[in-house]
Amino acid sequence: MKALEASGLKKSFGGVQAVDDLTFSVEEHETLGIIGPNGAGKTTLFNLITAIYKPDAGSVTLFGESLRGVPAHRLSHLGIARTFQNLRLFNSLTALQNLTAPILAMKGYGLNAAIFKGHRYVSIERSAEEKARTILDFFQLSAKANLAPNNLPYGDQRKLEIARALCTGPRLLLIDEPGAGMNPKEIRDLLKILRQVKEHFRLTIVLIEHQMGLVMNLSDRVLAMDFGEKIAEGTPAEIKKDKRVIEAYLGDESITC
Amino acid sequence: METLSYVLQQLINGLQLGAVYALIALGYTMVYGVLRLINFAHGDIFMFGAFTAYYLIAKWDVPIYLVFPITMAVTGTLGFLIEKIAYKPLRSAPKIALLITAVGVSLFLEYFLSLNSLFTPNYIGFPRPFEVTGYELPLFTVTNVQIIIFAVTALSLVLLYLLIYHTKHGRAMRALSHDQEVASLMGIPVDGIISFTFIVGAALAGLGGILYGFAYPQINVFMGIMPGIKSFIAAVLGGIGIIHGAVLGGLIIGVSEVFVSAFLSSTMRDGVIFFILFLVLLLKPSGIFGKWIDKV
Amino acid sequence: MSFFSSAKRFLICSAIAYLLLKGLFLSGLLTQYIQQIILFSFIAILTSLGLNVIYGYTGQFSLGHAAFYGIGAYTAAYLGALFKVDSILTFLPVLCLAGAMAGCVGYVVGVPILRLRDDFLAIATLGFGIFVKVLFDNSDRVSEVLGGSRGFIGIPKIVNLEVAFFAMVFLILVTRNLIFSRYGLFWQCIKDDELASTAFGINTARMKLMAFTYGCVLAGVGGALYAYLYSFLHPSNFDFLRSIDFLIIVIVGGMGSITGTIYAGLLWVALIEGLRIGLPAQVLEFRWVLIPLFLIIVMMWKPYGLLARKESKFLGLGGNG
Repeated sequence: MKALEASGLKKSFGGVQAVDDLTFSVEEHETLGIIGPNGAGKTTLFNLITAIYKPDAGSVTLFGESLRGVPAHRLSHLGIARTFQNLRLFNSLTALQNLTAPILAMKGYGLNAAIFKGHRYVSIERSAEEKARTILDFFQLSAKANLAPNNLPYGDQRKLEIARALCTGPRLLLIDEPGAGMNPKEIRDLLKILRQVKEHFRLTIVLIEHQMGLVMNLSDRVLAMDFGEKIAEGTPAEIKKDKRVIEAYLGDESITC
Repeated sequence: METLSYVLQQLINGLQLGAVYALIALGYTMVYGVLRLINFAHGDIFMFGAFTAYYLIAKWDVPIYLVFPITMAVTGTLGFLIEKIAYKPLRSAPKIALLITAVGVSLFLEYFLSLNSLFTPNYIGFPRPFEVTGYELPLFTVTNVQIIIFAVTALSLVLLYLLIYHTKHGRAMRALSHDQEVASLMGIPVDGIISFTFIVGAALAGLGGILYGFAYPQINVFMGIMPGIKSFIAAVLGGIGIIHGAVLGGLIIGVSEVFVSAFLSSTMRDGVIFFILFLVLLLKPSGIFGKWIDKV
Repeated sequence: MSFFSSAKRFLICSAIAYLLLKGLFLSGLLTQYIQQIILFSFIAILTSLGLNVIYGYTGQFSLGHAAFYGIGAYTAAYLGALFKVDSILTFLPVLCLAGAMAGCVGYVVGVPILRLRDDFLAIATLGFGIFVKVLFDNSDRVSEVLGGSRGFIGIPKIVNLEVAFFAMVFLILVTRNLIFSRYGLFWQCIKDDELASTAFGINTARMKLMAFTYGCVLAGVGGALYAYLYSFLHPSNFDFLRSIDFLIIVIVGGMGSITGTIYAGLLWVALIEGLRIGLPAQVLEFRWVLIPLFLIIVMMWKPYGLLARKESKFLGLGGNG
C-alpha cells in the first residue's frame, strides 16, 4: 500500500509558484529522497503535507486516508512526524524533555491526574521517561539528557531533532536537510544513524537533502524538483545520469557528479 | 437642515481631534515599522510637547512662530534621548523587557513632571496666544483653531511624505522597516536611522501636543495616556507600520469619538474605540492598508 | 504520590511561615495597616502567578490581567450583596464563583484573540482591559449597588490571615502541579516554538486557551479576596497600571518561575508601601519617580527577570516535592 500519495499539489505565495502540479507517491517502508536546488519547493512540499500550509489545489493521502481538512496537530496521531530544516528544538526544556513532550502528547493523562498526582500520573510519566531514554540511548545522547538543546554541539542537536520526531511513533518520517551545515565526519555519523533508524524502526522515510552522499546511499528512489515541479524520478543511479537534474544543479551538461 | 448641520459640525470637530491623533499615531507607526516596538512612552512625549509649549508661551512669552519649531526640537531631542538611553541597550533583550522599560520611561516622565517642585499633578490652563474666533459657514462653524490645526497637520504630512519618499533618510527608513539585517548589510547606518525615526516621530507628537493645547486648553501630566492609547489603536486600525494608515486611522478614531460622544453618550466614548479595536483585530489585524497575512 | 505527599517540603515551609505570621499578627507588633499590606501581597502573588502561567510559561502577552482581577472582585462583591455574605463559610462559595466567572470571561475572550501574534495580542488585551474599566465606571447603570465611578462600598471585611494565606498556598500548589505535569511541559513548548509544538501533536490552540483561562481564574480569585479585604472597590483599582503591576511582578521575578513570582510579589508590594512609609513627607512624591527608575534598571541588568526559570529547592517548589 502506498504510504503517501500527493496528487496535483499546487501552492503559490504572492505570485511565486512554490509548488506546481506535483504528483508522486511513496511505498510503505520505502525511502524516498528529494533533491533540488534551493528554492525548488522542497520544504514547501513538507509544509503542505504537514498542514502548515493549505494547498491551493491537489490532495495528499496518507495510507489511503485523505489529509484534507485535518488540522496540523492531528497529524502526529495519524502517523506523520517531521524534522525541520532550521532546527526547532524546545530550548527552555532539557534534551530529555524534548522527547517526553511528544510522547506525552500522544498518550497522556488528564487534569485530575496532573493536579492530584495519583497512580495514573506516575505510571504514564514513568513510561514516557523510559521510552524517551531508550530513544536517547539509540542516538547516544544519554549523557546529555539534562542539557538544554542549545548547549549541545550542532551535530547532537540535529540528532536530537530526529530523535524527537521518532517519539511520536510515526509510520512516515519526513526529514528536512538533516545534513545541513555538517562537516564530512558529522555526515558520516549521520549516515550511520539514519541507516540504523531505517533498519530498527522500519519506517517509510522521505528525505530532503543536498548532500548527495546521504541521499544516494539511503534512498530507494529519488525525486528531483526544480521551480516547484518534478523534473525527474527514479533510482539513485538513474537520477545521477538524468540530464535535467544535472542541468538544474549545475546548469551545464558537461560536468558530471 | 438642522440635523445635517449638526452632523457636519461634529464631523469638523472630529477631524480636529483626529488630526492630533494622526500626528501622534505617525510616531507610533514609524517606530513600530523600524523596530517592531510599541513605544509606550510616546503619549508622554505628546504631553511633554504640550507642557513645553505652555512654558514657552506662558513663562517666556515666546512668539508663536518660534513656539512650534522650538517645541518640536525639544520633543525630538527627548525622543532621541529616550531611545539612546532606555531602548538601545536592550535591543537584543526579549521584547517584554523593552516593553516594561517603555512603561517605566512613561511613568517616569509623568511622575517627574508631576512633582510639585516642577509642575503639578493638577490641571493647568493652556495659554492660547490668540482669541478664538469662529467663521460661520452655511452649514457649520469653523474656528480659527481648527483651521490652524488642519493647516499645520496638512503641511506636516506633506513634508513627511517628501521626507519618507524623496530623501535618502526616508528611503533608509523604509529599507530598515522591511529587513533590518539586509539594510545594515547594504551599508545603512542602522543606529542613526533608528534615532532619526524616533526624532521625527517625537517631533510630530510634540506638534500634536501644541495643537491639542490650542484646541483643548487644559493640560495635565497624565494627558498623554488616553490619547496615546487611542492614537496607537488608530495606527493599528490603519495598518501598523504604514504611514497613510496612521493618518486615516487617526482621523477615523477622532471622528468616531466625537460622534459617539455627540450621538450616544460621552461615557461610552472610550468603550467604542475599543470595540473598533476588537473588530480590527478579529477581522484584519494588519489594518486597513495592511497586507492579508496568511496566519497559520 | 498524591496531592499532599508530592509537596511535603512546600507544605512544611508553608506551615512554618503561617505560624510565624500568626505569631506576628497576634503579638500586636504590626499595625492594622501593615497587616493589610501583608495580606495584599499574598493576593498580588496569587494574581501575578496567574499571569505567569499565561505569559511566563506559555508566552502569551497579556496586558489586561487587571480586568479579570476586577471581574472577580466585582462578581464577588455583587454576589455578596445579593446573598448577604457575612462569614468565611458563606464567602468561600462566592470566592469560587468569582474565580469561575473570571475564568469564563477569559475563555470567551480568549477563543478569538489568542490566535493573534504577540504584539497584537498585547494590544487586544490592553484594549480589553480598558474596555472593562469603562464598564466598571458605568456599572451603576446596570445596578445601583455596583457604584459606577463612585465605587462599590460596604463589602464586609471577611478576609483575614488564614483566608488569604491558605488560598494563596493552595493555589500555588495547584499551579505548581500543573506546571510540573505534561500541561506545563506543553505550555513551555508553545512558548519556545508554537509551530514545532503543533507538529508533535500538541493542540496549541487548546493549550493556550487553557493556560489563559486558568490564569484568569487565579486573577478572579485574587480580585475576590481583594474586595473582601479592603471592603471597597473603585474602577481605578483595575486599570492598565494595575495590569502593569502584575506584569512587573512576573517579569522582575522571572518568567517561568513560581518562586520568582513569590519573591517579586513580596518585594514589589514592600517597595511601594515601604517607600510610602519610609520616605519623609517632603520627598514622598518622589516614590513614583524612583519606582520606574528601579524598573528600568532591573530590566537593563536582568532582562529575563531575577529568577528566570529557577525554582527554589528550599521552598520545595521544584519538580518533585
